[in-house]
Amino acid sequence: MNENENTDWRFKVANREALIGCGLALINFIWWFGFAYGMGSKPVEEYSYIFGLPDWFFYSCVVGFLLITALVIFVVTFFFKDVPFDEEEELR
Amino acid sequence: MNWSVIAPLLVFLVIIFFIGIWSSRKGAQVSDDNFLKDYFLGGRELGGFVLAMTMVATYGSASSFLGGPGTAYTMGFGWALLAMSQVVTGYFVLMVLGKKFAIMARRYDALTLVDYLKARYNSAPVVILSAGAIIIFLFSAMAAQWIGGARLVESLTGLSYNTALFIFAVSVLVYVTIGGFRAVAVTDAVQGAVMVVGTLVLLVGVLIAGGGVQAIISDLITENPNLVTPFGADGNLTKAYVSSFWILVGVGVVGLPQIAVRSMSYKNSRSMHRALIIGTVVTGIIMLNMHLIGIFARPILPGIDVGDKVIPLISMEVLPAWLAGIVLAAPMAAIMSTVDSLLILVSSTIVKDVYLNYIKPNATIKAIKRTSFGVTAALGVIVYLLALNPPDLLIFLNLFAFGGLEAAFIWPIVMGLYWKRANKYGAIASMIAGIVSYVAIYQWTAAQGDPFGMLHPVVIPVVLSFVAFVIFSLAMKQEAYDYNLIKEGEIS
Repeated sequence: MNENENTDWRFKVANREALIGCGLALINFIWWFGFAYGMGSKPVEEYSYIFGLPDWFFYSCVVGFLLITALVIFVVTFFFKDVPFDEEEELR
Repeated sequence: MNWSVIAPLLVFLVIIFFIGIWSSRKGAQVSDDNFLKDYFLGGRELGGFVLAMTMVATYGSASSFLGGPGTAYTMGFGWALLAMSQVVTGYFVLMVLGKKFAIMARRYDALTLVDYLKARYNSAPVVILSAGAIIIFLFSAMAAQWIGGARLVESLTGLSYNTALFIFAVSVLVYVTIGGFRAVAVTDAVQGAVMVVGTLVLLVGVLIAGGGVQAIISDLITENPNLVTPFGADGNLTKAYVSSFWILVGVGVVGLPQIAVRSMSYKNSRSMHRALIIGTVVTGIIMLNMHLIGIFARPILPGIDVGDKVIPLISMEVLPAWLAGIVLAAPMAAIMSTVDSLLILVSSTIVKDVYLNYIKPNATIKAIKRTSFGVTAALGVIVYLLALNPPDLLIFLNLFAFGGLEAAFIWPIVMGLYWKRANKYGAIASMIAGIVSYVAIYQWTAAQGDPFGMLHPVVIPVVLSFVAFVIFSLAMKQEAYDYNLIKEGEIS
């Protein structure tokens, strides 16, 4: 197919960033699910507490949130490209 | 009446009101040709902060501030875990729709979601189906929020429901009607900021009143150890149910028209990048705080049986009255900002997608202006009248609004953007399959009587609508879509 030759370069950027979004969501989900049900399925007596919160919740939701925020900042800063949206801008 | 609580709320309403007027002034400078773009899309010039805040505020409705924390109060940490699935919306929607949506929306000159679908699929049934779904579902959703807003004003001020509804309606209508989308977005930004600060203040208040996290947690364990597990107070909150909220309030939000339309309203890619970061941080802070507050409120103020009252009651319990007034402006802000976005969206669907498409395609600018103001105001009045005495049908439709819209729109939007073989047959099949199966499965699940044991009813319809989309797109073979063929202004 020769369609690829004249594909707008901006679409490649967009496709890549959409995939990054899916990847982040997947990481986010696995982290959230893994800690919540991995650590949270123990009997309550065996829970430990971090800053007073149950450990599973602390790792799953508090650390998970901080981690995903850091990842978002990281990918936006290093992988996201500035792209013009208007056709006139493109010609300039 | 408790004036020290009401006064800060009134001040808040007045500020919002002035922002509406200020935005309409800005709108008055716009040339006539751009009126529609300005009124319904803020002239596509939202910056990063306003974009992030308007997305969060539109999305964070009464449920995040009243219903959600109220359920966390009864269910414990399991519900906070569930609520944290919403953090994904902060980045996922903008990343997935992202730049391609922004570029295509500009090429199509699309001002509404229906414009976009119309240009992409070039099909009247797609336009009618999608405009119909938006008008019916979002109208009911809006009315339900409206009722929630009035109930909040009622419980805070002691005014009658009807008076409360009137105050709420007038304040929303004024700034939406005259200010349009920009007023909505800018007031959303202010309301979003109020939400963040409000939840932080309240969390600190609750922690002090409860004697610190450790004391609160040990009180909870003494009462019922299940409250600190991920499985809910009765241990019946299953992994499947909680995880399915990743679709309902997480990734599925891509399919909500009120969120999608914001993804075409920003100025440039830099705004989008900033919005990604701000949106993630703000959603996370609000959700984490509000649900922790709900959980922590339990030992401090036991025995509240109506979930929606937890936040108002705990605020007035742990904070000085004037501060409670400011903090309670947050749920008020959340409801108002959802209502205003829905109002402008339903109005744009009627004016742009129905009136200009089918009733009067070559209306003069003056007529369009008059119709836009008129429809927005008329819609507000109709919702007000319905909310005075909500009919059963409205409540029934509202149940389906969120999941129904997601099941209907997620694939036509996303596949339309990224799959060149997507065509109108797929889109129509997907919308019908999504809505019909959602309503059916929702009813069936409700009849089973064990809501927490199963997948949420939204999951299967989202899968079914995907399957329908692919099968019908491929079966009714059409030429592959060429995204490059359309240059700006070719379709309008």
